[in-house]
Amino acid sequence: MALAFMEGNEAVARGAMAAGCNFFAGYPITPATTIFNNMLKMLPPKGGICVQGEDEIASMGYCIGAAMAGKKVLTATSGPGISLYSEHISFAIGSEIPMVIADVQRLGPSTGSATRGADSDIQFLRWGSTSGVPVIVLAPKDVRDCYWLTVQAFNYAERFRCPVFIASNKEIGMTKESFDLDAVQLPELMERTQFKGEAFLPFEAEPDKAPPFLPIGGKTLVRQTSSTHGPDGYITIDPNTIADCQERLRKKIHAHREEISLVEENMVPGTDTLVISYGITSRAVEDAAAALAEKGRPVSTLSLKTLWPVPEQVLIRAAERFSRIVVIEMNLGQYVNDIRRILQGKQVDFYGQMNGVLIPPVKIMEAIEND
Amino acid sequence: MTSFLNKNRPPVFCPGCTHDRITKGLDKTMVDLGFRADNTVIVTDIGCSGLFDTFFNVHALHGVHGRALTYAAGLKLADPSLNVIVTMGDGGLGIGGAHVLAACRKNLDLTLIILNNFNFGMTGGQYSATTPTDAIVGSEFLNQAEIPIDICRVAKAAGATYVSRISGHDAGLSDELGRAIQHKGFSVVETLGMCTGRYTKKNQLTPKVIDSMIEEMPREGGVVEENMRPEYGERYRALAEEKGKFPEPLIIEKTYELKDPKRQEMVILGSAGMRIVTAGDIVCYAGIAAGLNASIKNDYNITVLRGQSVSEILLSPEKITYTGLESPAVVLALSDEGVQRRQKIFANLSADTFVLKEASVTIPDTPAQVEEIDFKPLKIRKPDWALASLGILAKKELVITRDMLESALKSRFNDKVYNLAMETINKVA
Ligand code: SF4
Repeated sequence: MALAFMEGNEAVARGAMAAGCNFFAGYPITPATTIFNNMLKMLPPKGGICVQGEDEIASMGYCIGAAMAGKKVLTATSGPGISLYSEHISFAIGSEIPMVIADVQRLGPSTGSATRGADSDIQFLRWGSTSGVPVIVLAPKDVRDCYWLTVQAFNYAERFRCPVFIASNKEIGMTKESFDLDAVQLPELMERTQFKGEAFLPFEAEPDKAPPFLPIGGKTLVRQTSSTHGPDGYITIDPNTIADCQERLRKKIHAHREEISLVEENMVPGTDTLVISYGITSRAVEDAAAALAEKGRPVSTLSLKTLWPVPEQVLIRAAERFSRIVVIEMNLGQYVNDIRRILQGKQVDFYGQMNGVLIPPVKIMEAIEND
Repeated sequence: MTSFLNKNRPPVFCPGCTHDRITKGLDKTMVDLGFRADNTVIVTDIGCSGLFDTFFNVHALHGVHGRALTYAAGLKLADPSLNVIVTMGDGGLGIGGAHVLAACRKNLDLTLIILNNFNFGMTGGQYSATTPTDAIVGSEFLNQAEIPIDICRVAKAAGATYVSRISGHDAGLSDELGRAIQHKGFSVVETLGMCTGRYTKKNQLTPKVIDSMIEEMPREGGVVEENMRPEYGERYRALAEEKGKFPEPLIIEKTYELKDPKRQEMVILGSAGMRIVTAGDIVCYAGIAAGLNASIKNDYNITVLRGQSVSEILLSPEKITYTGLESPAVVLALSDEGVQRRQKIFANLSADTFVLKEASVTIPDTPAQVEEIDFKPLKIRKPDWALASLGILAKKELVITRDMLESALKSRFNDKVYNLAMETINKVA
């Protein structure tokens, strides 16, 4: 028996390498910097490229350029950086540029606290772009998740040609943990579909899919644009063309949301309460559930690894037999309203905490017991 | 190739707009240089200059205002064989100033053509970073309170290896663009031109006036000798190539069995420079080698050489879930700064908790068992206090044993450091 010992940020970097990531651009920011540090050690020996942008906007711009040249790109930041990423997140969403963005969240708003954790950006990641087009956000709960979910994130980015976010947290990113690295089963790698036909139109695709890809710099000329475009990649004002493109951007993720629904559940027979959480908080929920079981008041738990698109069907199925839902978040309630929306008619109680420290299991027990 | 211009999308500039001449000039340059469409990319941003990519049959990337150079850098780094040409107006120049400076400093082999027409054409003739103070523009009086930037001077100061300025109406435009494109490294060509749709309606600007403006400005002769140096991509690849070794993950083998493994929490309260994090790591290595799960969190000042350094360590035979500490078995109080950082824990420690307190450190009242150690007479220096404390714990078989500690030190340090560490430990054991 042997265990690996590393922090969540190193695990994200190792996941990226396992996924075939060959380009990283970033800008130092606590608590995400060590992803950059690790990539800077890991990419050069494998022939990959790792650079520091002059700021976060530039780092994303480098990633966009490299992704369009065919690279598999990663970048990493935290709250103040994700704010600056925003204009290029919109670009990557609207122009279908695959990339993985690790957001090692810290306490906001604004510069907030560099070394204090919180799940500050859950709504920002979903809605921090101009358009409202769906995005994919995955939330690891531990170092092991950081590793394999990053591989999964690359697969989604390649398949759906979109930015995929890892919503990590200072409490995972900068905490070292032991885990059995060899036992982790990584998903099979997916690559973006290459265009094979005759007449290439850079954004021509089936109504619920991403367009096949060709790199800038290849034999066939490629157009990429941040502006509203038709299948040919030229600016358009034709309402039907625009509508089709917008609808496809939505559908390519929405229509496949059940395939993107990653959760972990512990259903205990005979319980009436389901506790829903995500990220680092799910671990304190496990402890709280174990303590409650010992007290003779067991509950079931559901930990979400996919936050966006909301795993609606999974939530509906999982919650079906419970009379009460308790949602716990390391913020003041960024996700609970989506759960209320989906589980209409159920009693949905909430406990959140935003004070720079982990929610202790006792607080969660109180929230569960206070019905 | 006789022309790269896209016949289906002819330029749509206002009549008399200098952009039109530059479009044709750039086309001639690419023909003259014998370019291939499939390894050439035009990168643009927002504004009338941002239409350039649509007029050419080459690869194209059109993006956000002022950011064109960042996409260009990504493309060039990813595919060094590409010819990357960036067009940018004086608007993009202003908003993307940081990227222009970075491109000058890096010296990646890109060509930046600045289409300076002294105002924001597309949005209504507002003033830009290059609008003369006495110009009449669509920003009321605002430009009168500022001065325009001389981007050539700035680019040279920032390290650009090729800088030139030319009128968009100059017969030598194509040749000049050719020299800039052929230059290996980052080249900046500032073209001066007329925005007939906006700027020249209220300002006397003709090709003649532009010529005399250029006359009056410092002469820019292309290659900037004092900035000449290797191209960034080549330099980067040469440096990266020396980094031959991929860092494998740290894997710790289980080397022995503990009789009665229990969940143990431990806090080390110290200061910067006391190797607190290292001591914490060693406890984790020791735990993992004994078949336990481990986690460690460190809390130190952002100014790393000053202030507290606190490590929170958890060892457990079970999976570690919540990583906050609930009832530490051991607290090492090694500096006042560290103690102050976690002051609140002392009152709540259990009677079983073992607190090892260095003689010089003051701690709040606590129900825990407190033992004092004075490292000074033992001739143990401050940076070794944390390590020496581990020796004391091992002797008492608290959290770690002597075997665990020795094997952890062995796995973490080379022989020399290991021997020094054991010397320290033997002073207390
Ligand atoms: S507005 Fe000015 S810059 Fe734009 S096309 Fe017209 S003349 Fe040219």
